[in-house]
Amino acid sequence: MAGWDVFRELDNLRREINEAFRGAGVSHPLATAFLSPAVTRRFPLVNFSEDEGNVYVDALLPGVDPGEIDLSVLRNTITISGERKPFEPKEGQIVHRSELGSGTFSRTLELPVDIDPDRISAESRNGIMRIRLAKAEHAKPKKIEIKLS
Amino acid sequence: MAVNGLNEQGSDKNLQTREDTRSSEKYIKPAVNIVETDEGLILTADVPGAAKESLAVSVEKGILTINAQVSHDMPGQPVYTEFQLASYYRQFSIPETLDQQRARADLANGILTLQIPKAEAAKPRKIEVKVG
Repeated sequence: MAGWDVFRELDNLRREINEAFRGAGVSHPLATAFLSPAVTRRFPLVNFSEDEGNVYVDALLPGVDPGEIDLSVLRNTITISGERKPFEPKEGQIVHRSELGSGTFSRTLELPVDIDPDRISAESRNGIMRIRLAKAEHAKPKKIEIKLS
Repeated sequence: MAVNGLNEQGSDKNLQTREDTRSSEKYIKPAVNIVETDEGLILTADVPGAAKESLAVSVEKGILTINAQVSHDMPGQPVYTEFQLASYYRQFSIPETLDQQRARADLANGILTLQIPKAEAAKPRKIEVKVG
């Protein structure tokens, strides 16, 4: 029976404070210069959502070959790492604009619930990877019938 | 010999409201790389979430417009949100020396690659000097 977990509360508080300072989801929700040196932001950006049986993670990974993304899961953390190939200009090319960043990345995310490590799937579409993680049985809400005597 | 750069329409903000259409919708200005080769210009833009069907690239009166409607929905209840997607929109004025008819666009892994070849007249040519 998971009650009020002081560490989780502290984690949530820390996350909220970090967000307040970073202004995530408020000031730059629509900035799109990924991995660019001009903006030191985390890569990939992620969104979480959940329903009764699953947790979903969407990661913005434009320009990264889905086959070369490393995804690993340990307990209730998930690590996304890989490389976005540099856009090196070739000999004799004139660069007019260079706004796209590149480089290696690795990001570890803590999931809000315990998950079942054997039931994870990931698919990539148009530069967005959606990871679907099934919640562990003990993390799913259970309905308990109350018998009236 | 450089084509005199590409001048961008609009401000340098990431977020534009399209004054020209008086639309209230928000737009994302995608980041781009533009390199020029002997053959023409190659424009690379980050447009994650844009599907091939919704992407519209057009050239009209020397203005190149990239426009993509994006909808991004996640199943279930949102728990934590770091990014939001909106439609992509960005314009460039492109020089006359490019052959707009033969432009090619490719979309892969959320990256749009646009190749606009130079018109024959604008390509550098080597002229043989005959020694008589």
